[in-house]
Amino acid sequence: ENSKRAIIQKMDTILALKGDGFVMMAADCSSARSILVFSQTQDKIKVLDDSKLLGQSGPQCDTANFSEYIQKNMTLYELNNNMKLSTHATAHYMRRELATALRKGPYQTNILLGGYDEKAGESLYFIDVYSALVKVNFGVHGHASNFLLSVFDREWKEGLSVDQALDVVRKCVAELRTRFLIAQPNFIIKVVDANGVRLVEL
Amino acid sequence: PSSFVIPAVNNPAEYCRQNYTVGYGTDTNQDVQFAKGTTTLAFKFNDGIIVSVDSRSTMGPYIASQTVKKVIEINPYLLGTMAGGAADCAFWERNLGMQCRMYELRNKERISVAAASKLLANTMFQYRGHGLSMGTMVTGWDKTGPQLYYVDNDATRLKGDIFSVGSGSTYAYGVLDTYYRPDLTVDEAIDLGKRAIYHATHRDAYSGGINNVYHVKETGWVKVGSWDVNDLHYLYADEKIAARNP
Repeated sequence: ENSKRAIIQKMDTILALKGDGFVMMAADCSSARSILVFSQTQDKIKVLDDSKLLGQSGPQCDTANFSEYIQKNMTLYELNNNMKLSTHATAHYMRRELATALRKGPYQTNILLGGYDEKAGESLYFIDVYSALVKVNFGVHGHASNFLLSVFDREWKEGLSVDQALDVVRKCVAELRTRFLIAQPNFIIKVVDANGVRLVEL
Repeated sequence: PSSFVIPAVNNPAEYCRQNYTVGYGTDTNQDVQFAKGTTTLAFKFNDGIIVSVDSRSTMGPYIASQTVKKVIEINPYLLGTMAGGAADCAFWERNLGMQCRMYELRNKERISVAAASKLLANTMFQYRGHGLSMGTMVTGWDKTGPQLYYVDNDATRLKGDIFSVGSGSTYAYGVLDTYYRPDLTVDEAIDLGKRAIYHATHRDAYSGGINNVYHVKETGWVKVGSWDVNDLHYLYADEKIAARNP
């Protein structure tokens, strides 16, 4: 049982990239345990508010509890201070919470936070289970990163349009379907920009 | 509960995990062996939810009971199922019933299935790592319609239309996934629930006994009936023969 808790799950695929005035995030939809798939319609990209997307991988209990905790505290901040947290502030707040919990009762959750702010524009933050925070142009979590980071390195450039970004995501999904052992038939894709959050078809 | 007696050792969670784990084959050397082994299933369709379970309880290779009530009647419109450690399920779902009643008294309205399942999941989150073993489905009909949630001892909480939990769940899924349609009639749905459990009990050694079936409607749940899976075996066998020679 001990060793089971220490094993870090890397089965979920979460990927995201920045474009011209938007951040696109994609995640697989499988929820499984051992050999059984519970559901193929799990939404792993939480809409924190109308300008932020939170993609999480890891055990559902940790992702759900952590994201709900962050979201409620963000709402409280908004009520107390009459202003919303920026993406930068949210990312650093998350990192701090993860870091504090790390030596007490760690949350096993890998995070990609994508947001659009009026001043800062589009931004994407990569936070791993150990609460390491990096601001990035694109990011992938899970075993999928072994396959997809090179695709992003090759394809990503500054100022991608939504269609171009979607094309890159399609290449990523195709690569996973070719080479990744775990079958992930469904993907959910969301985009956040100045107009808010919307769902996109693969 | 506000407090529990915990073993007076340095690391109670570790101690519980090592000496009170529930597992097929892995707890046979412990002082305390837990009762487990199950197939339970529930699925949503247009006319509500069917809940179908077996009734066998095993302690290692020993069949402790063939008449366990694995559907826990939390209140007249909420049902919970039992898989994993029987004591864990029975206790924590009864505790959930208490929490639901407190909610009703405080808020003057019935608790939603989403909230009830969240309460159970939060309790499981608190006891994470302590070796609880529970895989349950919380189901009922509230303001938003029929709802089905899967909650387990890892504090995983999933909303869905079809779930099956237990050692025989894979066999039940086989039949369930193949013949499920949202527009099943009530009789067809009950038949599917029965067949899925029968097939699971046939192949899984740890499942068997009696198949209990419940139907969750807008007015609350009703118990549809109980069938000995042994009788179902011969019934379905005869049906096959009759179909071959009309």
